[in-house]
Amino acid sequence: MAHTVPVGQKWWSGGKSPFNVEYGKLMMWYFLMSDAFTFGAFLISYGSIRFSSSSWPNPNEVFKSFPVYGEMTVPLAFVSLMTFILIMSSVTMVMAVGAGQVHDRKAVMKWMFFTILGGIAFLSCQAWEWTHLYHEGAWWGRNPFLNIDGTQSTTNFTNYFFTITGFHGFHVFSGVIINIIMLIKTWRGDFERTGHYLMIEKAGLYWHFVDLVWVFVFTCFYLL
Amino acid sequence: MNSAEAGLPKEKSTFNTKAVWKTFWILLCITVVELIIAIIYFETGFINKHLLNGVFIVMTLAKAFFIVAEFMHLGHEIRNLIMSIAIPACLFIWFLIAFVWDGNSYHTLRMRYDKYYNEQSRTKVQKTENKEEGKKPGKE
Repeated sequence: MAHTVPVGQKWWSGGKSPFNVEYGKLMMWYFLMSDAFTFGAFLISYGSIRFSSSSWPNPNEVFKSFPVYGEMTVPLAFVSLMTFILIMSSVTMVMAVGAGQVHDRKAVMKWMFFTILGGIAFLSCQAWEWTHLYHEGAWWGRNPFLNIDGTQSTTNFTNYFFTITGFHGFHVFSGVIINIIMLIKTWRGDFERTGHYLMIEKAGLYWHFVDLVWVFVFTCFYLL
Repeated sequence: MNSAEAGLPKEKSTFNTKAVWKTFWILLCITVVELIIAIIYFETGFINKHLLNGVFIVMTLAKAFFIVAEFMHLGHEIRNLIMSIAIPACLFIWFLIAFVWDGNSYHTLRMRYDKYYNEQSRTKVQKTENKEEGKKPGKE
């Protein structure tokens, strides 16, 4: 814990902030909790359907392509690049938050810019992947892939894939928009006027959450 | 309103660049290891798939922990806040077990009583080479 708390400190007796964070940041945490349960419901429903199916398409077979190189011998290479991009943009976001804490406006702008760039790169990768799968015949309601044991698979696989990665991609998209707004506000000097960069921290929480969800989406669709 | 007016202790910068990069390397290493295991499994099938899934889930939870604790800074907040997030998140334990169990039960019942499903799940088919074929509506 960053703050040393005196023994017997009465957090709930009034007069102090029991969570020791600003109101908006606490509400962002609660929003993210609710969003986590939305994603959780999607992913657990996917798990439930997978457990009710005898077999399932092999992710190593489905996700083996890479732009320019076409069919690579290394499966999952492209999706690991996407994961790397998202983790990297999370790091630049933390840097922006850190720069905000010492009121370094130039550094905040620089790191926010890199974070936005990472977000756009991720979205481009996802757009490519979706286009590629679409041209292979996969979309909501149709599934060209067979199960791993050679039996006919249902459209559950593609429906869940496009719905959940789409929902996540939409979160990335809105995260990029939020970050762009934050960058503009930093550039205009709004946070210098208010005297703190807490908005950057709140946008940062959202951005890390998007990264967090991707970790689970990655495991559920590409590894399991 | 600055942080002092909000009734918060004056913010000391707890920011630590070294810790951030350490977290980054941990996350990257776990992801790379996951990929290597996935590819080796794909090539050789050296391990029971259910066991492997367990390994993947543990690694995913480890990554989630590092993102939440370090990047989202929750590990450095006070206990009240940590618990207000961690305790509701425990609902996921019930959520996951209940629904996955239900899916598994549905599978067992279908395999036992739905003869057609049982037969279909043992019949190998040819992959449709004609992509237009796969696009026809109503095709299972």
